[in-house]
Amino acid sequence: MATKSYMQEFTKGIIKENPVLCLVLGTCPTLAVTTSASNAIGMGVAATAVLMCSNAVISMLRKVIPDKVRIPAYITIIAGFVTIVQMIVKAFAPTINDSLGIFLPLIVVNCIILGRAEMYASKNPVFPSILDGLGMGVGFTAALLCMGIIRELLGSGTVFGVQLIPVQILIFILPPGGFFVFGMLIAIANKLNSKAGKKVVDSPCQGCPMSKTCKSFACEKENCENSDKEVAPDVS
Amino acid sequence: MLVKSLVSVFLAAILTENYVLCKFLGICPFLGVSKKLNTAVGMSVAVTFVMVLATAVTFPIYQYLLVPNDLAYLQTIVFILIIAGLVQLVEIVLKKYIPSLYQSLGVYLPLITTNCAILGVTMLVLQKVDTTTAYTYTYGHALVNSLGAGVGFLVAMVMFAGVRSRIETADIPKSLKGLPITLVAASLVALSFLGFSGFVDKLIPLQ
Repeated sequence: MATKSYMQEFTKGIIKENPVLCLVLGTCPTLAVTTSASNAIGMGVAATAVLMCSNAVISMLRKVIPDKVRIPAYITIIAGFVTIVQMIVKAFAPTINDSLGIFLPLIVVNCIILGRAEMYASKNPVFPSILDGLGMGVGFTAALLCMGIIRELLGSGTVFGVQLIPVQILIFILPPGGFFVFGMLIAIANKLNSKAGKKVVDSPCQGCPMSKTCKSFACEKENCENSDKEVAPDVS
Repeated sequence: MLVKSLVSVFLAAILTENYVLCKFLGICPFLGVSKKLNTAVGMSVAVTFVMVLATAVTFPIYQYLLVPNDLAYLQTIVFILIIAGLVQLVEIVLKKYIPSLYQSLGVYLPLITTNCAILGVTMLVLQKVDTTTAYTYTYGHALVNSLGAGVGFLVAMVMFAGVRSRIETADIPKSLKGLPITLVAASLVALSFLGFSGFVDKLIPLQ
């Protein structure tokens, strides 16, 4: 029984609660680094490592960190692990470091990591938190890889640098292509989810760790609280 | 010459290197807060303000405190803490001394700490500093660049708010409703910004 529930902690991040396609977290790196499949893997692995470590530490410290200062505390812990990962990547995979560029240190403000800290690690014991981090990380990597393969194949005709098709539609590796492919992937995920009778993603706010703050201001109230309401109420 | 290079940095930050549409920084507020024009403007003004302030503080700290002491690897952790502290400070100061401004901008401030555009701008600016070449960024360039980045954010948000208000009434296939069509619209807006590429660099050399 126990192993089964551990298994669920791990697998839920990959399909059911995929952080990118179902919760729409971490959109910035998803769009920016998926110009090639190998970049996508590099980013995914780096984020997974940070996610697992930060989940573990935050879960260990969950009874020590006072509720009021928890967000700054989490950010400090995450920033520490990001710095470690950054140094490791710089030392052992300098090409990945060059191609990820600024997005490697920016893992710090990746909402998947803060989101999992807030939603899972701060409430659960260490071992499930690590599994949750691993599952979410694998889900993140899978989504990035999926996007990376599509964009690389259409944009430069290659996958992992291997020439597959002779056509190159350059626009797919440029920023507009990123938005377009991401939109299409979410549309597909929505279609599959609605077929299975599950809730459909409507706004990027839903899974965001800051949505609690968001709710206090009227802008996206209708989005944060009630995702299937189409008509926006009057905002004053 | 200095003025020319400052102008070119400013224009580049808005048009050719737009932080949202060309560099994918700050996508969350771009998609989340762009539904209404007034909230889009409020958010952008708050972001611009914090961006300039954060660069004003982090730039000298990195150049004169971290680099001379061989602590450059602490950049990420120091910057995020500075930004978080700064946002708190701005909130407290505004609340106490300029309540009217706090009323209009205060709600956006807590969201800004985890906005990757802020951290991104403060870090990218430092990558342009290379005293061995004639193309290095000075403190002035850095501030102008952050201001440009903020204005570029504003331009993208306002344009996109306009686009979204048109989508609102359109008849969209069921699976595309909501976020997917918003992303497709963003893709078209980004396409229009692609037209600016090369524009500023050809106009004026940096120095």
